[in-house]
Amino acid sequence: MPAAPTPGSRLRLTALLAPPLLWLTLAYLGSLAILLLSAFWATDSFTSDVVHTWNTDNFHELLTTPVYRTIALRTLSIAVAVTVIDALLALPMAFCMARVAGRRWRRPLLVAVLTPLWAGYLVKAYAWRVMLGEDGVVGAALAPFGLHGPGYGTAAVIIVLAYLWLPYMILPVYAALERLPERMLEASADLGAGAWRTLRSVVLPAVRPAVFAGSVFTFSLSLGDYLTVQIVGGKTQLLGNVIASQVTLDLPMAAALSAVPVVLIVCYLAAVRRAGALDSL
Amino acid sequence: MAETETRARTGTTTTRTAVRLEAVTKDFGTVRAVDAVDLTVRESEFFTLLGPSGSGKTTLLRLVAGFEQPTAGRIELAGDDVTATPPHRRDAHTVFQDYALFPHMSVEQNVAYALTVRGVRKAERLARAHEALTTVRLDGFATRRPAELSGGQRQRVALARALVDRPAVLLLDEPLGALDLALRQEMQTELKELQRTTGITFLLVTHDQDEALTMSDRIAVVRDGRIEQTGPPVEVYERPATAFVAGFVGTTNLLRGESAVRVVGRPGTYSIRPERILLTDPAEPPAGAAASSAGRRTVTGRITDIVHAGAHTRFTIALPHGDRLTVLRQNLTGLPQSARPDGEIGLSWDDKDAFPVPS
Repeated sequence: MPAAPTPGSRLRLTALLAPPLLWLTLAYLGSLAILLLSAFWATDSFTSDVVHTWNTDNFHELLTTPVYRTIALRTLSIAVAVTVIDALLALPMAFCMARVAGRRWRRPLLVAVLTPLWAGYLVKAYAWRVMLGEDGVVGAALAPFGLHGPGYGTAAVIIVLAYLWLPYMILPVYAALERLPERMLEASADLGAGAWRTLRSVVLPAVRPAVFAGSVFTFSLSLGDYLTVQIVGGKTQLLGNVIASQVTLDLPMAAALSAVPVVLIVCYLAAVRRAGALDSL
Repeated sequence: MAETETRARTGTTTTRTAVRLEAVTKDFGTVRAVDAVDLTVRESEFFTLLGPSGSGKTTLLRLVAGFEQPTAGRIELAGDDVTATPPHRRDAHTVFQDYALFPHMSVEQNVAYALTVRGVRKAERLARAHEALTTVRLDGFATRRPAELSGGQRQRVALARALVDRPAVLLLDEPLGALDLALRQEMQTELKELQRTTGITFLLVTHDQDEALTMSDRIAVVRDGRIEQTGPPVEVYERPATAFVAGFVGTTNLLRGESAVRVVGRPGTYSIRPERILLTDPAEPPAGAAASSAGRRTVTGRITDIVHAGAHTRFTIALPHGDRLTVLRQNLTGLPQSARPDGEIGLSWDDKDAFPVPS
């Protein structure tokens, strides 16, 4: 418990907090505000210069053009798919790390999960491009079964994004499982529950907030991604690369487009907050 | 007390054993936590494993629950060999020291858990959960979360949860350890009452000798993974089998070697309970006892310390040759005049109260 603040300590606290708060409000939220503001400007269609006339044409176009709606829905579906896949992969992996593996193995396993984060994003995406290509390992591995690799497209985007963001899901789930007292599992078994029952009634409820916390990362990172889709997406268009291609041509339109993931993420955070996930972040 | 003994005695002839351990050994790496323990708990008995921390008593309990596998030996519940049976198939429930309530479930859901797991219908399981909560006087708390309860209330929920489907054996791991003194004493009475009314076998682990003496039908004193003595509280207290038991169960004056010869008048090791020693004026014969008669020992010493502890007072008395005796005296009237710091004082006790202890 901190002691009651004295005038001196309050001054020190203010001095300590002012720079980061200033940074957060001016540089971080400020740039976001300007972005949203510019969505209400227009572009001279002849010179591509930004014209500072106040209008809502961009949003009107965004809502009425079917292509934009399709792309937004596709982006949302991919983000949801990536999140679900990561959750399904992370649960057993984190469980093995936290509960099955011996104490000696935990650290190496944790390092193994973290190591891919140190490698460059582009390197990993291109590695997958090679693997998923015509003569890639994925195709070669599936060939004996008479199957083909997914090739470049939506499926490839989902696979690569799920791979890229998996550590962000594993880490919070692992932390939650490690925090779960052994006593809880013993109490459940003691009262007659088998392994599956304990998993369903005790373990999953305990890690649910952590899964939501991890999903905030996998969901928002997937919504904003535009490089992976360029590398392995083939002709697939997502919000990210549409924005990227619009930035030079029509900055206000790009700003209006980027409001879509922002709105989606705010809605998602609100939903997740109700599930109590943000308490454990 | 007499009632308890009678019941325990008749119990031997009519009831079967609830828990039996045969030559059970448990090693953790190179450490032997439990060393070839034989133990029999009778049905409907309140049995206590009493010992200092690290004595292996909690390991014994965990072996019975099935959380630990014995390195060697055999464990029986109600006559069935359960040595290889996993915890969820044993008809025994545990009340954990930290209660281990499920934080995401309501009190009601916690209590009903054993029934939910077995697929009991919702209406019945709620009725029985409420019945169990009524037994521990918590019926108004069904919809609360464990986090919203006090320590004493959580303890009751843990009890209700373990009792809800009437297990053959209830295992209690220092269940009162986290409660304050007043609540602990209240719960001691309640636990004993609960055991009597339900008829369920209680196997309790504690380091608190008061708890063990107050509640148990029988006590096993555990030390270094072995059982030093098993018996009813009176027997363990009055006739300790070893010097360790004499010192651990209650306080005592332990006299050995030269001291025994000087103070008790005989060679050997002796235990004299502090409350059995009478304080007298040094010159006078002890009040109400035959003066200096055979069968009574009288010595003189000097009071070095007086601690007033409410209902009784503890005197520390130095005898010649450096021996020390502790004397407990109920705070009645009629204290000898010399009973003040640094006063000369007479001490006397019945020869029978200097109990010989195998050393």
